Amino acid sequence: MTTSRPPTSPAETDPGDPFLSVRDLGVRFSTEDGVVRAVDGLSFELRRGQTLGIVGESGSGKSVTMLTVLGLHEPRTTEVTGQIRLDGQELVGAGERTLQRLRGNTMAMIFQDPLTSLSPYHTVGRQIAEPYIKHTGASRRQARARAIEMLDKVGIPRAGTRVDDYPHQFSGGMRQRAVIAMALVCNPDLLIADEPTTALDVTVQAQILDLLADLQQEFGSAIVLITHDLGVVADVADDLLVMYAGRAVERGPAAEVLRSPQHPYTWGLLESVPRLTGDVDQPLAPIPGAPPSLLDPPPGCPFHPRCAHRQRVPGDACATERPELPVGRGAACHLSLEQRRTHVIEHRQPGLG
Amino acid sequence: MLRFLVRRTLGAIVILLLISAFTFFLFYAVPRDPALLACGKNCDSESVALIRHNMGLDDPIPVQYWEYMSGIVTGRDFAAGSCPAPCLGYSFDDSAPVWDTLVDRFPTTLSLALGGGAVFLTVGLGAGLIAAWKRGTWVDKTFSSLSLVLSSMQIYFVGPLVLALLVYNNEILGQPSYVPFTENPVEWFSGLLIPWCVLSVIFTANYTRMARATMIEQLQEEHVRMARAKGMSGRTVFFRYAWRGSLIPIVTIFGVDMGSLFGGAIITEATFALPGLGTLAVDSVQELDLPMTMGVMLFAATMIVIFNIIVDATYALIDPRVRLS
Repeated sequence: MTTSRPPTSPAETDPGDPFLSVRDLGVRFSTEDGVVRAVDGLSFELRRGQTLGIVGESGSGKSVTMLTVLGLHEPRTTEVTGQIRLDGQELVGAGERTLQRLRGNTMAMIFQDPLTSLSPYHTVGRQIAEPYIKHTGASRRQARARAIEMLDKVGIPRAGTRVDDYPHQFSGGMRQRAVIAMALVCNPDLLIADEPTTALDVTVQAQILDLLADLQQEFGSAIVLITHDLGVVADVADDLLVMYAGRAVERGPAAEVLRSPQHPYTWGLLESVPRLTGDVDQPLAPIPGAPPSLLDPPPGCPFHPRCAHRQRVPGDACATERPELPVGRGAACHLSLEQRRTHVIEHRQPGLG
Repeated sequence: MLRFLVRRTLGAIVILLLISAFTFFLFYAVPRDPALLACGKNCDSESVALIRHNMGLDDPIPVQYWEYMSGIVTGRDFAAGSCPAPCLGYSFDDSAPVWDTLVDRFPTTLSLALGGGAVFLTVGLGAGLIAAWKRGTWVDKTFSSLSLVLSSMQIYFVGPLVLALLVYNNEILGQPSYVPFTENPVEWFSGLLIPWCVLSVIFTANYTRMARATMIEQLQEEHVRMARAKGMSGRTVFFRYAWRGSLIPIVTIFGVDMGSLFGGAIITEATFALPGLGTLAVDSVQELDLPMTMGVMLFAATMIVIFNIIVDATYALIDPRVRLS
């Protein structure tokens, strides 16, 4: 068995096309300082009814990728290459009208800050009803009834009267619920949630995640969950994609990635999270340094300047040669599989996965 | 809302009292004697004293101020006759009642302000919105640099230039003048067309830049992106979401601008010799005409204060968050 190609990848065993398929996606922004390669050669797939977790530090390209799927980037300064197929339809280079028909309808997005995601100038009900009217051609009255139904579904008490409230009359948790209601009003097949719970306190977090899981069961939607909370990923994600510097560095089934991570960056992420079952005297081990500038990413493996394990790779492969990410389960790293396995056994962290 | 208006009106009265006191006492800091000025040549100390007494200038300044202010509320009795409230006194210069002069001059200023406001609001906001809609393109760049150039075009430069081009050399339009709207709407319009446009040049440029800047700022708001993520069309996003958020800064500036224009557009009126409050203010200050200066000053200040209250009340219409608090 070689490290780079497991005998069976999910794509080969699972029949049927994935609902969302991203292939070799590249996103570049022209800025005054030069070209930023925000996403570079990213590929992943997602099936209906499945949840894909994407983790990584700020600036690793998670949000940019998803904004690109929705076509919400600034077209004049952004260059997108590669393929994004949603239910067989190519989205890269698709016209604005096509994208408008899909947005809020087939694919919907929940942004991370519920406090700013709602317009302060319109009632919550109107903002929920708006995409419903646009995409289904419903009347105002039907759309209002639908907005009440959605608010009720996401757990807003007395939805019939709260529908006419303005966002500032809602609490933070209620606003995030309203944003979710807004995203789900047309029963989207793909729901992208960009850190949907970071702005909320922990009890509300759990409720929101339960809510997303319930809705997924009901409608069979595919969910992309962008987060840097590995605990959330462990709870809800089927698959996991770890991103660093605009690239995927590790991917696989979420439980497996968390149980036996194979990339030093993933190790770093896991070791910088405190654990309830861990030894209180053992200090957390944050990853040293900061994410690289995407104006001028480091050659070779983009993680090598911060990697504690690069001396274990013979030669200077880490600094010169870009490691490939194998199809299916795997990590983009020059360490041998044996070296990685040893590290995981030595640093086994109970509690996650 | 009622409580708000009452509170703001009381506040406005305090502000106006402060302004009036300041103007009144400042007037006496000028080292010239209005009585001596009114006396003319061949003047002896006796007649100066008489004139001073008739003008009420021989009382202590605080007493004069008190009589002046109470006259506004209750009216005043002068040797020449009674002056009903709101009594702003009589001009030192031509003895005309100040209130009547203000009422006489105001329509010119009002016409100038309304017409000019209409021009710079529509043209300025229109250009700003187009620039924001086409941001980054050559349209945006053209509008932006044009507005930068125009915002440095002073009225006393543009005014004579336009007059030379359109009136004196080519006779396309007549000499700017004020004809009451009720008398002849067509002449009212044609007589004020040049003043409106010239008055609007700098305003238009500033409104273009302001509208563009606030729209671009609003378009980057998270809720505007959310509206796009819902599949709303570009036009809906632009007008229903971004434009709504731009209204508050625009209304604020517009209210302040209109308030000061209603008190007289001094430079424009002077440039085109229009008999409005602005020219009245300049003349009365030069003539040391205390009652007239006070009258114009108070009138202009009242306009600014009223427009500020209107602006604050408008916030409640625009932003639901203001309604409750």
